[in-house]
Amino acid sequence: MNKADVVVIGGGPAGIEAAYNLARDNHKVVLVEKEEEIFGHMQTAYTLFPNFQDASEIRSSLLQKTKHGNITLYNNAEVTQVSRENDFWRVQTINGLDFIAPAVLLASGFKTFDARYKEELGYGIYKGVITSVEFEEMLKVGKIQTANGEKPRRIAFLNCVGSRDEKVGNHYCSRVCCINAVKLSIEAKKQLPEVEAYCFYMDIRMSGQFYEELYRKSQEDFDVNYIRGRISEVAPTFDNRLQVKCEDTLSQTPLKMTVDLLVLMIGIEASEGTARIGEQVGVNGEYNFSKSISLHTADNKTKHRGFFLAGTCKRPLTVPETMADARAAALEIDLYLKSLSQ
Amino acid sequence: MKDLGFSISQSRTIDLDKSDLSAYRRVVEKVPSAKLCLMCGACTATCTARNHTDFNFRKVHLLFRRGQFEGLAEELDKCMLCGKCRLVCNRGVNTRAIIYNMRIILENLNYKSIK
Ligand code: SF4
Ligand code: SF4
Repeated sequence: MNKADVVVIGGGPAGIEAAYNLARDNHKVVLVEKEEEIFGHMQTAYTLFPNFQDASEIRSSLLQKTKHGNITLYNNAEVTQVSRENDFWRVQTINGLDFIAPAVLLASGFKTFDARYKEELGYGIYKGVITSVEFEEMLKVGKIQTANGEKPRRIAFLNCVGSRDEKVGNHYCSRVCCINAVKLSIEAKKQLPEVEAYCFYMDIRMSGQFYEELYRKSQEDFDVNYIRGRISEVAPTFDNRLQVKCEDTLSQTPLKMTVDLLVLMIGIEASEGTARIGEQVGVNGEYNFSKSISLHTADNKTKHRGFFLAGTCKRPLTVPETMADARAAALEIDLYLKSLSQ
Repeated sequence: MKDLGFSISQSRTIDLDKSDLSAYRRVVEKVPSAKLCLMCGACTATCTARNHTDFNFRKVHLLFRRGQFEGLAEELDKCMLCGKCRLVCNRGVNTRAIIYNMRIILENLNYKSIK
């Protein structure tokens, strides 16, 4: 068994940011990541809303932070068991690592909604239906194209896929996909100025700083079109394009349209690790997201002493929110560790 | 055919002070999920009756909710109660039951369809 001051579970933005801040406070941190690569979902990001920050810059900054002398990073180290042993926490991993520490930070993040559950949208059935993550990857390599390798003439983005949807058991709003659709449509127009972009929405939620401005910019400078109506049918056309159908609710008229790509703005769910570890430790809340003891006043603490939370294991958050939450968690843990040594 | 407001020039104002809002309350009593509709139109877009009519469930539902009953009975006759709309509703609204109950209430209010 290896000793540490803190075991941080999850090498995404939350885990790394918290680990780094703890390391700076002279705590010995073990950072365990289940994948070969760190960064979590930041791995696939191209740019970040609302300022089109290059995600690779964020990745290099995060990578730099993991190099701090007080951090030991373990890759391919999926956590299998978290248990309480007297005043300590024991964390065991799939590759046989075994740690003991007074504090654990859960930063095991989210997973994206599996769009195959929305069969009527044709994901996994028609090649032109892709997820927002796949579209982001296309942007990253500068190759927005249909399955046949052609340049799309028209792209539709559909909001709220797997969010706000009783049928899949997710009543909540994932918070980031509205603004992400605005970002993606602008990026699409930057790479393919002649493409037509349409966003289909039930509500447009532009609550963050500069979001509304970006929404406006997408209309003013990039001619992105917005249609208030939820697409409920997708069918292939004879020439291998896709026909989407919705009601244009503002004109109160059904609408159909042929597109080359339909991008599903998939929502945020608790990751498998979040759900499993939350269950083991007993901090699972609604939808398997982890539950802090007080949303308003102690959002990084749990009902267990020494077991802390940061980032999207709690709920859908943006990147800046996640990073801020990670720093807050590091502060809480620092105070906790100091209280033990007194 | 009654004017359902499909034309560009609106033929009337909805005066909520003078509208009968109690009929909708009876729908909600029977079908509580009616309250959950967020008017996304997914149901209207997938409607089977739309292949041969201009039936718009979402719109009829909203007009009924606002106490605007003129012409709705005829509109509701276009629905075959197949329930396809219910499958796509992301709010779990029992669309079919709403249509069924609106029909009965309109009949009791003596709004007869021409059929
Ligand atoms: S952020 Fe927008 S797209 Fe995402 S779930 Fe909320 S309303 Fe839907
Ligand atoms: S699909 Fe459901 S929520 Fe959407 S308009 Fe129809 S009944 Fe309302």
